[in-house]
Amino acid sequence: MAQSPTGRRQAGWADPLFRVGTGAVAVLVIAVVLGILAVLVNDSMLSVRKFGLSFWRTRVWDPVAGDFGALPFIWGTLYSSVLALLVAMPVALGIAIFLSELCPRWLRQPLAFLTELLAAIPSIVYGLWGIFVLAPAVRTLQVHTPDALRRTPFFSGPPLGVGMLAAALILAVMVIPFTATVAREILKAVPVSQREAAYALGATRWEAIRLAVHYGRIGILGAVMLGFGRALGETMAVTMVIGNNPQVALSLFAPQHTMAAVIANEFTEAADALYLNALVEIGLVLFLITVIINGLSRFLIWRMVRVRPTRVVAPVKVPLAA
Amino acid sequence: MPPDAFARRYRVRKLTSGLMTFLCALSVVVALIPLAFILFFVLRQGVPALNWAFFTEMPKPVGETGGGMANAIVGTGILIGLAALVAVPIGVTCGVYITEFKTSRLSPAVRFAADILNGVPSIVIGVFAYAIAVLPFKRFSALAGGVALGVMMIPIIVRTTEELLALVPSSLREGALALGATRARAVATVILPAALPGIVTGVLVALARVAGETAPLLFTAFNNRFFSTSLDQPIGSLTVQIFTYAISPYEDWHRQAWAGATVLIAAVLLFSLLARAVTRRLERMHHG
Repeated sequence: MAQSPTGRRQAGWADPLFRVGTGAVAVLVIAVVLGILAVLVNDSMLSVRKFGLSFWRTRVWDPVAGDFGALPFIWGTLYSSVLALLVAMPVALGIAIFLSELCPRWLRQPLAFLTELLAAIPSIVYGLWGIFVLAPAVRTLQVHTPDALRRTPFFSGPPLGVGMLAAALILAVMVIPFTATVAREILKAVPVSQREAAYALGATRWEAIRLAVHYGRIGILGAVMLGFGRALGETMAVTMVIGNNPQVALSLFAPQHTMAAVIANEFTEAADALYLNALVEIGLVLFLITVIINGLSRFLIWRMVRVRPTRVVAPVKVPLAA
Repeated sequence: MPPDAFARRYRVRKLTSGLMTFLCALSVVVALIPLAFILFFVLRQGVPALNWAFFTEMPKPVGETGGGMANAIVGTGILIGLAALVAVPIGVTCGVYITEFKTSRLSPAVRFAADILNGVPSIVIGVFAYAIAVLPFKRFSALAGGVALGVMMIPIIVRTTEELLALVPSSLREGALALGATRARAVATVILPAALPGIVTGVLVALARVAGETAPLLFTAFNNRFFSTSLDQPIGSLTVQIFTYAISPYEDWHRQAWAGATVLIAAVLLFSLLARAVTRRLERMHHG
């Protein structure tokens, strides 16, 4: 019981009330997450019951006939995100390594700020830039693609500009800051003694860095998955450059579609209940995938940062003149 | 190993090291190129398109050039105001709970929920807001848009509050408790005020971020080409208006879309820089 200096008893109910009151609001955040799940499940029942699992194996998307298959959308989402990750991962890792291991101290903060600025640019601005600058540039690239390449399934199709390649590139740029920032935190958490040990054994700078990266590989995997989760859910920028054509194609030049994009485009047009339910079911699966990816990513990052021994925060400087 | 073979091998290792170091530096440049490109194009197209009419006039009918986005700018203002009303009380209280009751079983669960919520795609938040705030009233409304943006803001506010409360020196808290203050009183009169400037900036940054959101508004606030301030009616927003104009076939609308993008970017940049300055000052204040 809190005693005031005069010895009078303070109101004993204040602390428990404070705890319960703030706790109730905190529980609200959990309730919102569960609420989203409940709403998505509830509003997709018609489609889940009617199509079952075949919903995710069918390519037909015909709202007029009432035939719904979501394969093209999940394909487009996964394909674009994986491509984006292939581009973004090395760059993000390079940034993280440069900022945490190589960069001169005075340059570190400004550069970190600039890379994080990429995450602050609104999605719609990326999309606007994508439509008017990136897509025409991609079309020029497509027109100049050698015929031998264009006969392969990866580069077939007419040069439209909009399509998988433009979407993947824009996604890559958008994802880089997320992965880079977390990967940098992870590298910071790698004990300095690891690098010192490597140097002591005669390692070059890169060999020492590789060791640090290897030490933090689990957390870095978490950082990459965080970026993946972002790419999966990205809506506006993608829908503006991917061409919004539901098809399952390998071609980087083909206009395709994604789960988030189809919801954004067709939700207000969905006149009948089944159509709406089909769209919400796509939303439900998108929600579940991102929750799993983010949960896993958070777990990996947390595991890495948690095991950090506290002492390495202030490394012991070895006096050179000893 | 003979000495010259050893030396050769060492040269290769040194070379690899130099090359990889260079590639790492290069990747920073690679990432900054699109940033520069985007900023350059937005400013080049957007700044000439910006004029007084953009901020004060209403959209003109198709075919007529000129006009502005006054309704959409006011709309965005109203929407983020509503979002703040939803998110700030919940987010700050939640952040206080997490920092004050670290040992509580609930705290990690709440933090986890906030992280999950932070990762939920904005379009899915839109579907959620549609179900709870549009369907029951059978109409798109500013209120529904505010709910959608508010839900997106909650995890950002929780995290900002948590980080800034952690910056408050524990001596302040201990001092308050030693004087016999209850926890609630210590938080309300000592700890929160100490962190307040930071939290306010955090809220401003979160506002700038959600002001740039489009997807959750498409089927909650919808869009409105007319001036509206009523909360139960569809309302225009800068982002949805940019989207509509960008995918339209009209040259003059494209011009206005770029102008809108310039305004958005300027707001985001301004708030990000402001936040950086304030956070740095706070860190220096508390930790010398």
